[in-house]
Amino acid sequence: MSKMRLATVWLDGCSGCHMSFLDIDERLIAVAERADLVYSPLVDAKTFPEEVDITLVEGAVSSEEDLHKIQMVRQHTKILVSLGDCAVTANVPAMRNPFFTAEVYDRAYRENVTFDPGVPDQVVPRLLPFVRPVHEIVPVDVYVPGCPPSADVIFYVVTELLEGRNPELSAKTRFGA
Amino acid sequence: MERRTIVIDPVTRIEGHAKITLHLNEQGRVEDARFHVTQFRGFEKFCEGRPFSEMPALMARICGICPVSHLIASAKACDALLAVRIPPTADKLRRIFGLAQVVQSHALSLFYLSSPDLLLGMDADPAKAHLFGVLEKNSALARDGIRLRQFGQQMIERLGGKRIHPAWVVPGGVSEPLTEKNRDAILSALPEALQIAERTMEWFKGTMEKLREEITSFGNFPTLFMGIVKGDGGLTFYDGKIRIVDASGNVAADGLDPACYADFIGEKVEPWSYLKSTYYKPKGFPEGIYRVGPLARMNVADRCGTPRADQELAEFHELQRTAVLSSFHYHHARLIEILYCVERMEQLLNDPEILSKHVRAFARPNALEGVGAAEAPRGTLFHHYKIDEQGLMRWANLIIATGHNSVAMNRSILQVAKHFVHGDRLTPGMLNRVEAVIRCYDPCLSCSTHAAGQMALQVELLNAGGEVVDAVARP
Repeated sequence: MSKMRLATVWLDGCSGCHMSFLDIDERLIAVAERADLVYSPLVDAKTFPEEVDITLVEGAVSSEEDLHKIQMVRQHTKILVSLGDCAVTANVPAMRNPFFTAEVYDRAYRENVTFDPGVPDQVVPRLLPFVRPVHEIVPVDVYVPGCPPSADVIFYVVTELLEGRNPELSAKTRFGA
Repeated sequence: MERRTIVIDPVTRIEGHAKITLHLNEQGRVEDARFHVTQFRGFEKFCEGRPFSEMPALMARICGICPVSHLIASAKACDALLAVRIPPTADKLRRIFGLAQVVQSHALSLFYLSSPDLLLGMDADPAKAHLFGVLEKNSALARDGIRLRQFGQQMIERLGGKRIHPAWVVPGGVSEPLTEKNRDAILSALPEALQIAERTMEWFKGTMEKLREEITSFGNFPTLFMGIVKGDGGLTFYDGKIRIVDASGNVAADGLDPACYADFIGEKVEPWSYLKSTYYKPKGFPEGIYRVGPLARMNVADRCGTPRADQELAEFHELQRTAVLSSFHYHHARLIEILYCVERMEQLLNDPEILSKHVRAFARPNALEGVGAAEAPRGTLFHHYKIDEQGLMRWANLIIATGHNSVAMNRSILQVAKHFVHGDRLTPGMLNRVEAVIRCYDPCLSCSTHAAGQMALQVELLNAGGEVVDAVARP
């Protein structure tokens, strides 16, 4: 049987969900025996592959780059998993939503600056006016709440999906877990 | 030949979102290089109006790799708002917590992100350049890496109840005392961690001979170095005064109060990155370039204060009579720090007061402004808060390790690119070296763009009009 193709993507989050994925520790080796990690911050692929079976998405959609990336990822992914509270609800990143983006930028790049103040506008992607959870932008197949979801929950989700089953999570994790 | 720009996007095997642009002249030689951090989050603003007591748990969400450092710096800023001195046992428990995190974070950097470059080589097949590739070639090394990171994470869980984003560190101390069972469990795991650190140090030293060319060109230039040291000049991650040494290894400034950071550290914006660049104010920008983190700590500290780490530190200083200047040696410094952390944890856990139930001081806010500073795995971390009379946040400024290293990282990729990249024949190995020097710094882009964002790596060729004529995206 050919290996499944697994990817992980990091939008606006803290990388805690990726770290919790690594917290499955030596079980990483068992996952690697059944799936190839074809795209992830942990491997060197620079472009998202044409066909991916399962993509775990950490983080909310906050910038123009996040927006383009999640649309592209959805197009090339069979099963899209919102991993963690930021992907599921927009969580901490969305705390900037009550403020204008100009205020958020100004604090960092005009007020808390001693030399050359100004908002970066070359090469870097602009922030969207509001941070959104992934499912408001593209359809999501599996939701895994938690800040972050525990390693055991992530291992359960990945192995169930690799077996072709739908993970049942209601008793296993919760928002803020 | 026309002028071109090479874009590496995203930079991979780093903690965050970034890209690198290399600017080539008509002769195909690299003229300039820029490291662009592409994520911005806004913690300094959106904390406004929240109760200060929420800050440790909120600010920990800046980073899932080093949440403990943010917990500690944030809680120390909150201690200053309460104007309390925390109980001695709470102080020691926070120190152990911080040391456990340095171990797991350094293990992530060395094994998960950089070991493919060190073991498989800078020119290795990109499809194999990851932890699983290391597992195939040297299974024991990869398993040691998984185990060492697991060790740090399990210590954090034993102390704080959870591996990532534990809420255990609070204003005034910690929320729960350490149990005897957990102390003994941690103590019993230390010997294995020490053995792994020793084995890895031996292996690492064996790789250095093959990487001479990288060592001489990976961010090998004079800068200042900054770090917190204890009163006696020894290594610490938790508390002390700031020391700055110059490239010759001489002390340029000592005994600086971290609470007065704004007197000597400036922050500059680059219009092409969400990562701000800091500089040492007395020297101005860009002459005030300095580095922080493991390499800087080994250059500023007089000693580690534990036997094995001090042996290795003495050997480290033999690398160079001045300060050790090549950023390649961040890896080496990281390994010495792992030894130190394991040895130091044992000392602290054997303290007769470590199981004391007095671990938290309670108070209402007694000051409207507070600064907390600590040494995070990647360098000096500052949290600075202002609150109103009700204890609600009015303002925050955060300076994060990766920001201190911003100028040095940009200069490093330029040095590596000038040495290895030739515009007439691009190879993946050339570009991987540009990324590998960034990995030496172990930048945490999630952190550094707290205020701001993420990093990625991409290479494009632009013509004189700035149009993209070619792009290298490694498959």
